[in-house]
Amino acid sequence: MDSTHVSATPLSLALVGNPNCGKTALFNRLTGARQKVANYAGATVERKEGFFVLPSGRHVRVLDLPGAYSLSATSPDEAVTRDVCLGQHPDEQRPDLLLCVADATNLRLHLRFVLELRRLGRPMVLALNMADAAERRGIRIDAKALEQELGFPVIETIAVRKHGTAALLAALDGRLPGPAEPLPEGTDLHAETRRLLAAAVSMPSPTNPTDAAIDRWVLHPVLGLAILAAVMLVVFQSVYAWAGPFSDGIEAGVGALGEWISSTLPEGMLSSLLVDGVIAGVGGVLVFLPQILILFFFILLLEESGYLPRAAFLLDRFMVGAGLSGRAFIPMLSSFACAIPGIMATRSIPNPRDRFLTILVAPMMTCSARLPVYALLIGAFIPDRMVGGIFNLQGLTLFGLYMAGILGALVVAWVARLMGKRASDEQALMLEIPAWRLPNAKDVLLGLKERGMIFLRRAGTLILAISIVLWVLSTFPTPPEDWARPAIEYSFAGRIGHALAFFFEPIGFNWQICVALIPGLAAREVAVAGLASVYAIAGADEANTEQILATALHNEWTLATAFSLLAWYVFAPQCMATLAVVRRETSSWRATAIWAGLLTALAYGAAFLTYHLTAALT
Amino acid sequence: MNLSQLTPGAHATVTRISELSSEDVVAHRLRDLGFVAGEPVSLVALGPFGSDPLLVQVGYTRFALRRSEAARVEVQPGKA
Ligand SMILES: Nc1nc2c(ncn2[C@@H]2O[C@H](COP(=O)(O)OP(=O)(O)OP(=O)(O)O)[C@@H](O)[C@H]2O)c(=O)[nH]1
Repeated sequence: MDSTHVSATPLSLALVGNPNCGKTALFNRLTGARQKVANYAGATVERKEGFFVLPSGRHVRVLDLPGAYSLSATSPDEAVTRDVCLGQHPDEQRPDLLLCVADATNLRLHLRFVLELRRLGRPMVLALNMADAAERRGIRIDAKALEQELGFPVIETIAVRKHGTAALLAALDGRLPGPAEPLPEGTDLHAETRRLLAAAVSMPSPTNPTDAAIDRWVLHPVLGLAILAAVMLVVFQSVYAWAGPFSDGIEAGVGALGEWISSTLPEGMLSSLLVDGVIAGVGGVLVFLPQILILFFFILLLEESGYLPRAAFLLDRFMVGAGLSGRAFIPMLSSFACAIPGIMATRSIPNPRDRFLTILVAPMMTCSARLPVYALLIGAFIPDRMVGGIFNLQGLTLFGLYMAGILGALVVAWVARLMGKRASDEQALMLEIPAWRLPNAKDVLLGLKERGMIFLRRAGTLILAISIVLWVLSTFPTPPEDWARPAIEYSFAGRIGHALAFFFEPIGFNWQICVALIPGLAAREVAVAGLASVYAIAGADEANTEQILATALHNEWTLATAFSLLAWYVFAPQCMATLAVVRRETSSWRATAIWAGLLTALAYGAAFLTYHLTAALT
Repeated sequence: MNLSQLTPGAHATVTRISELSSEDVVAHRLRDLGFVAGEPVSLVALGPFGSDPLLVQVGYTRFALRRSEAARVEVQPGKA
């Protein structure tokens, strides 16, 4: 094969290895930013593909397969890895070469998987990654001896260092190895791994003393929990404090864009569609981007450093008591900012049942989009006075709403556990607690970009479409000239609101609330603007509008109605963006319908109880 | 004796994995993770609530195992 001929057909590689071997870091190092992230059809497993060019000019297409411990898959992720390696995946061609990645400090585990892959008899190259960490720990690996034993190239790499993959590139550029020679039938892979280790590796101590020292603190039953609480507090505080200026900036930008369009375009349908539909809808969701990015920044830091599995270790028993798994901790935490990244983070939960349950309860955590609605209603109905000398009644109410969501989630998870007892009894944890590592800036940034793009793509497609539909519903048909009441009342949304009033009457909602809930489907906080338009309130500026609206609500609604709406807001799945993410993450309309149905029933029940209890007491 | 009965800091050697059924996925996975006869293991730490899960070192790797999982790993106490 001459080189001009070779460069015509791209070489296809698949990166295979155990979780945490540094595959993603190696993938990033090889491909730079030339990556495409998508989902496998019908599955929630991420598909990462990238491209790079070898020094000779040959093009390479590389697939980053999900980490796996074995070809006997126990999760959808591992099943994808198995199918691609076996050449049985419906959407994936069999790769020309398996680029196996093993952590040089963890060879007892990782070499066994390499040997399992060797059985497939495919062309293989082994990258002994984290060569720097191995060297620091005094681990010596005779790569030549290992290569001789295995029969395919073995190359040391340092995925996080600039020239750490030069030797690998050189090896891939030369003549590719032929199919790996399978081991004799019936070979015990564990025994073979031990033999290879004895022949080629010398390791002074099985553990890293620094890691052990850190873990004595971090995994300590009391101190460990205190550290966890402190970490959570810092993450939270930063999400709210740092995102503020950026969100305000985006909000101001969106507002300015809207104003510019309204002043440039002639008044009419087009201007209204752009300003009230598209910009208000998409912009309303976009303001959460800073919070989502900051949150993911911390999650990536915690993930890369190795803290997340440790948090899961600390909380597992507690979460199991509530019917969840220790791995549900991060999705739940994220959902306090926004349920969308929370639901996206459930990907790390391998068990489908645990995962669905986490998706079900995550939106009950009070997200930041609920705050404007809570603030409006609390301001209108709860007197601003002190109780017990130190607590503010309004603050206590807000705290109560947060707690209602958390308790609701625990109760739902607990009930689900009782109902599915048999199925859930044998939930496996078997979670690897990896070595501590200093997060790598490049990998964190690429991860952040990837998450940000997923969110933006949502905002650009589905959320855009939903915003337009909701605008059409609240604009058409346009009222006749002599229509004295708010225009929205004449529209489809108004009519739907009136029709829904029958259904919502038992929980104390008047038709105005029902109408306002419809635009509120785009993003929860848009309901505030919705209420303002049904009550035909327009102040000189936003703060003024809210003030007048609060007074109007106070006069129009009973306390029972206000509390009932708050209770509804704690549970109702009414944010369409969340619904879209649930559909995407479960890949099933049925599961999405069950999800929405359960949460709606819960919200209705909670609002019903709240309404009648408050009415009876006041 | 099984792994879940060790005290923190104790070392032992795996003797076998007991299967609860003929197709015990957990037992199979434990073997893939390196819990096979002759392998040295040690109990590193216990979780804060109800001493569950267990942090176990096998080979060069540490895993968090729930009690029910660790109970499948039969061990012979003592440093190998
Ligand atoms: N010191 C050192 N750290 C590395 C090297 N390669 C990767 N890392 C770090 O190891 C950690 C895990 O790397 P990832 O690339 O996320 O591992 P992965 O194999 O993709 O893990 P999964 O996505 O869970 O399968 C990260 O913190 C990396 O920065 C290396 O060669 N040397």
